[in-house]
Amino acid sequence: MASRPRRPGFSRRAQYGQFAGYVVLVAGGLVAALLLMLSRLDPTTFGAFRSAAGTVTTPISSGLGWATRTIASIPQGVGDYFGVMQRNAALRRQIDENRAQVQRARALLYENRRLKRLLGVRERADSPVVTAHLVSSSASSTRRYAVLDAGRLSGVAVGQPVRGPEGLIGRVVEVGINNARVQLITDPESVVPVRRVPDGLPAIAAGRGDGLIEIRAVNAGSAVFHPGDTFFTSGIGGIFSPNVPVARAIRGARDVTQAQTLAHADTFDFAIVERSFVAPETLAERPR
Amino acid sequence: MARPRGPFDPPPPSFLAMAVPAGSVIFGSMLTLLPIIAGVPLLPPFGFIMLLGWRLARTEALPVWSPLALGLADDLVSGQPFGFAMLCWAVAFVMIDLVDQRLVARDFWQDWLIAGGATAIYLLFGRLVATPLSAYVDMFVVAQIAVSVMLYPVVAQLVGWLDQRWVSA
Repeated sequence: MASRPRRPGFSRRAQYGQFAGYVVLVAGGLVAALLLMLSRLDPTTFGAFRSAAGTVTTPISSGLGWATRTIASIPQGVGDYFGVMQRNAALRRQIDENRAQVQRARALLYENRRLKRLLGVRERADSPVVTAHLVSSSASSTRRYAVLDAGRLSGVAVGQPVRGPEGLIGRVVEVGINNARVQLITDPESVVPVRRVPDGLPAIAAGRGDGLIEIRAVNAGSAVFHPGDTFFTSGIGGIFSPNVPVARAIRGARDVTQAQTLAHADTFDFAIVERSFVAPETLAERPR
Repeated sequence: MARPRGPFDPPPPSFLAMAVPAGSVIFGSMLTLLPIIAGVPLLPPFGFIMLLGWRLARTEALPVWSPLALGLADDLVSGQPFGFAMLCWAVAFVMIDLVDQRLVARDFWQDWLIAGGATAIYLLFGRLVATPLSAYVDMFVVAQIAVSVMLYPVVAQLVGWLDQRWVSA
C-alpha cells in the first residue's frame, strides 16, 4: 500500500504541531538513552517505577496463574480419586517399612543436636517469610527475572533468597507493595556460592542465560567435575542460607562445567521466600 | 487561537481512533504478564512488532511522540534495562521516517523487510545492552528474530482488521 508521508498540509498550526512532536521525540529519545545508561550502571535505579506498575499488573498475572493451575489440576484430581484406594494400601505398607528408618533418623537427629551443641552452633530460626507463587517472567528478554505475587505487605525485602520445594530459585531484587521481582539463578548476572556435597569442594554457580548453570571451581586447576555431582549453597557471602540444593552437573569436566538447576521455576510450584542469611559471627571469626 | 470548526474541516479523531492503536501496542507489551516462567527468551517482542505494524501500514494512527510513551509502558514489564524500549522505539520511528523520505511508496514486501530488519536490530541491540557477552543466549536471540520476522504478516493483518473495525469506521 502507498505510504502517506507525514505532511500535515498547508495548515500552519498542524505543521507546528507536527514539528513539536518531532522535537519531543528526539528530546525524549536522548533522555531515554540517559535512563538506559543509568539503569545499566545501577540496575535497581528505576525499580520503584517497575514495582509501582507491578502493583497493578501482578494481580492480573496472579489471576491468570491461578486459572492455569486450576485447569491443570483437574485431570490430576480425577486420577487421584480413582487411584486413592490402591495408594492407600501402598502407603500402609510403606508406613510399616519406614517405621524402622524413622527410629534410626530420630537417633541421628538427637546425636546431631548434641554434636551441634558441642560445637556451639546456634540454630537459626528458619521460618520462611512467605510462601507465594511466581506468576510471570521476562519471557521476551535475555535476562531471567520472575515476578512473585507477594511483596512488602507480606514482609518480603530486597536480597531475600527464594526457593522451591526442590531447591534454590533465585533472590529478590526489587520489592513493591504486593509484588517482588526475583532474579532467577539462571540469569546471566546471577552468582551463587556453592559447594559440592560429598567433599565440600567450593565453587561458583553462575547463570548462563540458556536455562543452565555454569559451575566454576574456586581453586582453578584442581577440580574435576563428574556428571551427577550435586551442588548446595555454601552460605558464603551471606545472602543464601547454606545447604539449599542448587544444581546437578550434567557433564564431566575440569574446573568449569554445566549444570541443571534442581528447582524448576514455574507457576505451579510454591516459591518460598526465606530470610537473608547472616553468617554466625562466632564461626566467621574462628580461625580454621 | 481556537477557530470554530468549519463545515469542510475533517472531523476530529474519535477516542477509539486514538485508543485502539495505542491499546493494541500496550496489549502486545503486556503479553509478558502471562503466567509463564521462561528459562530462555521465548516470546517475540509483541509490543514492538505491533508498533511497527501501525507505523508502517497506518502512518497517521499513532502520533509522532507515541513511541516514547508506549516504550515506557513496555519498559515497566519487559525486564530489559529501563529506557531501552523508549530509546529503541523512538529511534525506529525516526529511521522509518528517513526511509519514507526516500521511498515514494512502500508495498507490503518492503514493509516486511523494514519491520524484519528493525526487529532483528532491536533484539540484537537488546542482547548486547542487557546481557553480558559471556552469556549463552545467542542461539535463542536468533530464534527469537526468526519468529518475530515470521510474525510480522500476522500482526499486519491484525492491524488492518483493527483499523477497519475500530479506527477508520
